[in-house]
Amino acid sequence: MNSCPDAPCKLELTGITKWFKVDGVPLKALEDVRLHARAGEFVSLIGPSGCGKSTLFNIICGLLEPDEGQVLLDGQVASRRAGLVGYMPQKDLLLPWRSVLDNVILGPELRGENLQESRREAKELLPLFGLEGFADAYPAVLSGGMKQRAALLRTFLTHREVLLLDEPFGALDALTRMELQEWLLGVWERFRKTILFVTHDVDEAVFLSDRVYVLTPRPGRVRTVIPVPLPRPRARSIIASPEFATLRYQLLEALALR
Amino acid sequence: MRRNAPVKAPGIGQAIAEYGPAVLLVALVFAAWEVATAVWKIQAWLLPAPSAIAKAAVDARGLLGPHLAQTVLETLVGFGAALAVGLLMALLIDLSATLRRALYPLLVVSQTIPIIAVAPLLVIWFGYGLLPKVIVVGLVCFFPIVVGTADGLRSTDPDLIALLQSMGATRRQVFFKVRVPASLPGMFTGIKVAITYSVVGAIIGEWVGASRGLGVFMLRASNSFRTDWVFATIAVVSALSLALFLAVVGIERLALPWFYTKAREETWEEM
Repeated sequence: MNSCPDAPCKLELTGITKWFKVDGVPLKALEDVRLHARAGEFVSLIGPSGCGKSTLFNIICGLLEPDEGQVLLDGQVASRRAGLVGYMPQKDLLLPWRSVLDNVILGPELRGENLQESRREAKELLPLFGLEGFADAYPAVLSGGMKQRAALLRTFLTHREVLLLDEPFGALDALTRMELQEWLLGVWERFRKTILFVTHDVDEAVFLSDRVYVLTPRPGRVRTVIPVPLPRPRARSIIASPEFATLRYQLLEALALR
Repeated sequence: MRRNAPVKAPGIGQAIAEYGPAVLLVALVFAAWEVATAVWKIQAWLLPAPSAIAKAAVDARGLLGPHLAQTVLETLVGFGAALAVGLLMALLIDLSATLRRALYPLLVVSQTIPIIAVAPLLVIWFGYGLLPKVIVVGLVCFFPIVVGTADGLRSTDPDLIALLQSMGATRRQVFFKVRVPASLPGMFTGIKVAITYSVVGAIIGEWVGASRGLGVFMLRASNSFRTDWVFATIAVVSALSLALFLAVVGIERLALPWFYTKAREETWEEM
């Protein structure tokens, strides 16, 4: 039971292949990666380290060009895609010399939009992102969880419909991480963005996603896609259900295949 | 509500704990010096007592004033020139790898040339005016500024740059919104080193040929065995260098409040 089975395709990758030269030796990082995400869908990518997830994200957000295949946004080939999707890297990458408020409006600022308007909108969203009262604070004074939420708010405020989240909670402790997963679902359900989420964590993938793509070790290929038909909205208690356990096992099996 | 707790203004007690030992040590040295000159009746032209130096400084303040003004002028103009040239060179080095390879070794070599040997040449070429002193100060100052700024620009987190590019930023936006602010701490480090050397640079410039300036005054005092004036001038030079350094530190604190904002941590002490 997909949460948006008939929605149009927001993002589609048609057989992406990417080569790198490592010390002069050609190395295939990605091979014929095909995946798609429908409007409002939460899709995760999971795979072993070095399966090219970051390369794939860099290709989607326009920092790299694929050797084969194309990136389609709303069904159109997107050749100049920088700035067309919201990208949240693993590290929070907040600018240390900017206040939280000025950090989160970076997207609109780079596009030359009205700063007053952007600041107003950002201020309204600060409480939802757990940053109330920290508009003028520098990132240095924030906790790890707050930094990630600020980075996520910055990504949301790019006003892109497709968001790429690269292991956003990877560096956090388990409790903060769980808290932020639930919070992220709440935020996503409210804004209904299309999210492509990279993770190493099987529980995280099942808990958050509509579908999970399992990638192989290098060269990264899509091994299988596992739909997650758990009902939404999801609460933490769902991890105790037999359905969750089955999906979790299914995913682990898919990852362990050789 | 401001949650930034930029380093709290230190209390009196904290200031005493921080600077007390140094002040005490200096006071002890001066006291010993004072006592030694009295006990062994050391001639004033050989080594005047600190009290005599202080008195000489006060007596000569009318004389020192114009010399000090001249040295300050040379220092500031020279430093300003070094700042302009230094930032420009840092920018050039940053813009092109070829320029970097061409300029960097030259910059390093320029610092191996003894200024004291070049200074007389500058007098021969440019006369006794302001220019040769400005050049000496500039030569002393520009190197740390170039290195500090260029390294600051270079050490910008590449992930930050990638993030801005993924958001569709132009090269110009990446430069002004990320690389320039990221380079400022490095630039200020260079400026702090440069300003400390700047006054000494001006003094060297004056030694080899000038009609006014603390360097000239020191030379004349020394030639006429007014050792107390020599010491008084040294004290003025030190005070001037220190004042300039503190001014830069103050500007840095105002310009980079984020750099001095640290996460507030509780300190746990054993009882």
